[in-house]
Amino acid sequence: MNEARIVLEARGIARAFPGVQALDGVELTLRAGEVHALMGQNGAGKSTLIKVLTGVYAPDAGVIKLLGEEVRPTSPLHAQDLGISAVHQESHLLPNLTVAENICAGRYPRHGWLRGGGIDWRETNRRARALLADLGLELDVDQLAGGLPAALQQLATVARAVSTDARVLILDEPTSSLDAGEVQALFVLIRKLRDKGVAILFVTHFLDQVYEICDRITVLRNGKFVGEYACARLDAHALVSAMVGRELAAAAASAPPAEISGDAQRSTPVLAARGISRRGQLQPMDIELARGEVLGLAGLLGSGRTELARVLFALDKRDTGSIEIDGKAVSLDKPSDALALGLGFCPEDRKESGIVAELSVRENIALALQARMGLAKFLSPAEQRTIAEKLVAALGIKTASIETPIGQLSGGNQQKAIIARWLATNPRVLFLDEPTRGIDVAAKQELMNEILALARGGTAVLFISAEIEEVVRVADRIVVLRDRAKAGELPRGASEEAVYALIAQPAARAPEANA
Amino acid sequence: MKNMFRLLMRHALFWPSIALVLLLAGSAAFNPAFLSVSWHDGHLYGNLIDILNRAAPLIIVSLGMTLVIAVRGLDISVGAVVAISAAVAALMIGGSFSADGAVNSDYPLWAALATALAVAAACGLWNGLLVVKAGMQPIVATLILMVAGRGIAQLLTGGQIITIYYAPFFTLGNGYLLGLPVALWIAVLTWVALHLLLSRTALGLFVRAIGGNPEAARVAGVRSSAITLCVYTFCGLAAGIAGLIVSSNVKSADANNAGQLLELDAILAVTLGGTALTGGRFTLAGTIIGALIIQTLTSMIYSLGVPPEVNLVVKAALVFTVMLLQSAEFRALVGRATRGTRATSR
Repeated sequence: MNEARIVLEARGIARAFPGVQALDGVELTLRAGEVHALMGQNGAGKSTLIKVLTGVYAPDAGVIKLLGEEVRPTSPLHAQDLGISAVHQESHLLPNLTVAENICAGRYPRHGWLRGGGIDWRETNRRARALLADLGLELDVDQLAGGLPAALQQLATVARAVSTDARVLILDEPTSSLDAGEVQALFVLIRKLRDKGVAILFVTHFLDQVYEICDRITVLRNGKFVGEYACARLDAHALVSAMVGRELAAAAASAPPAEISGDAQRSTPVLAARGISRRGQLQPMDIELARGEVLGLAGLLGSGRTELARVLFALDKRDTGSIEIDGKAVSLDKPSDALALGLGFCPEDRKESGIVAELSVRENIALALQARMGLAKFLSPAEQRTIAEKLVAALGIKTASIETPIGQLSGGNQQKAIIARWLATNPRVLFLDEPTRGIDVAAKQELMNEILALARGGTAVLFISAEIEEVVRVADRIVVLRDRAKAGELPRGASEEAVYALIAQPAARAPEANA
Repeated sequence: MKNMFRLLMRHALFWPSIALVLLLAGSAAFNPAFLSVSWHDGHLYGNLIDILNRAAPLIIVSLGMTLVIAVRGLDISVGAVVAISAAVAALMIGGSFSADGAVNSDYPLWAALATALAVAAACGLWNGLLVVKAGMQPIVATLILMVAGRGIAQLLTGGQIITIYYAPFFTLGNGYLLGLPVALWIAVLTWVALHLLLSRTALGLFVRAIGGNPEAARVAGVRSSAITLCVYTFCGLAAGIAGLIVSSNVKSADANNAGQLLELDAILAVTLGGTALTGGRFTLAGTIIGALIIQTLTSMIYSLGVPPEVNLVVKAALVFTVMLLQSAEFRALVGRATRGTRATSR
């Protein structure tokens, strides 16, 4: 393995954006016939590095060598001509063209001038068929790409990427929308390409997949090169440490014992979900929330945090499973059902699905309560004002007036107003998806205090955050998700390291906390 | 005083009102008798009253259109629904001469009116279902009924213009109440009812939330689908009311021409009134002013004696001017230009 020929070398790559040094002295070495994982947390610089390699961005400093010769890709097309192809998260086939047309797009074989120089469709299909057969893929080249399932489109995209005689194939989170079986099909293809001598760079958030298919790992953190490791010599634990930049405790088992109050344990959970799942987004899982409890949901991006909350609030339909509220099975098929049952949901993308920018702070706050009361029972503007003023004062929302359009408020205050919207409905269960994202430190602290106060008032809170430190600080109990499944549970007082350990551990060996 | 004026200028209805006043003033300049209103045969009489009377169907249709646009929709089938409603009413009323020379209707008048309105509301519901349940683009979804609706109306009337002889029906489009046209009263009634519905129930809040950010409204638990369905249904109903007025006014149902291009006038009226085509922000009063602007334009062109062949071009030019006047960007541009010249001349 060590003697493998080096195909691509990147040395000292740097790239800055206004206010951010996205890449700084990054190294990458890809060898023929190897699958190389590129790992790092959000903002580590993975995407920027890929964009530098494929010619989307020019590096500020550093050299890229392909087979020993320096190259400067100026565009994705140029990179492709050099032999560097990339496949991105969402496949990019043209849905209205056939598989063959997609594979040969841009390089259609032509008839000779004697026959008018038009596209030789028969040859197009022949080439596509030959390529697919070579890769062991059974795909009908005459079928429209748009009619294929997502997984097959992904495979066809990979086939197209290597059809240009790619020496380097970059796969940027190719598995993020595939289910387990589909991932295996993709891996079969990746192994075949590897055996043909293609150097493959594999970017993913799924640790299991890294160990299943990769030979080496390069870790980035905050735009800096952390190290290159052989997979066999770096266990998941050490990998996560390298990604987050701190030593982890030996195992989750060493976490302090639970000190959950007796009440919360004995009483019927206010919300209990059993076996809920959604294809491609959430493995079947159980989740329970007790009255007055803050349940923290931790996991890497793509681990299913948001997906779980969205399914529980019926923003996305669940495929299996049942939900009980206060011990009674309920039908929960749309957000208005969730609202009627006393659930609340603060979405992570405040602008897209939280605020109605043109409406006033007062109207934004009154919206969910009014939606629950229905059309006819109208909260008069005066009643809305009373409710809004009370909550604006209680949460310390800074606004010129409650009649100010909410779009004019700062991010943190918008976030508080959305929380106020749900507080107005006096919810039994409140899901907070990344409530602290994009707001300043002081506002964060105030928000965390609000969340604790809310739970003390009896509301069950599901708190989702990418910042493990926040989860640990605020939660009574932590559920750790990995690869869209429950990796384990930790009691109050668990250390950040314990959470990271669970994130890193393979699912099969996850300890069952509180068992 | 200056502050008051500035506040006034910033009011949503300021520029639409200015446009209407300017149009009326322009008409009066060409024809001093244009603005005169007199009392004849127990009712008001004059160009202004005529404009109000003729604008009534457009006002009613535009009010429905305003709500549809407010929830990020569009309904280009309203003209066809006008034709359907007129055809249904005409067929049911018909009218036959009895032996003593009096005219009777085939069905009771109320039944005819109710059926026509029910059919029109069903048309609106159909549009709403296509948009909400089938997920079609509003313009495509309502295009279907725009084409098919006129066909249905023609099938109903057998391709003929059906003349109505039953006199009580004529009241809708030709009658007067308290000195003002009945059609105008119907328009005012529709407006008041809608205004109350929007301000006394949560409908207004929901409509603005759905139009402003549909996803946020859904997450907040607003029943967006149901409300959007209602809005389309109301738009159909409004077109149905307009259809009754139109057919009553001309005492017949003409499947080919009733409500022809009304959808475009309605969209224009909504836009002129200051409702954002992107949804969320809407004003009923603005729409009414918009509809009055359009009718004033039409009346003005006739009263100026513009030859019919240049009629449309003149109308387009006037609409263009009115839209420019209302464009904040254009006013800012003019403002900068005039300030610039003043500065240099100094």
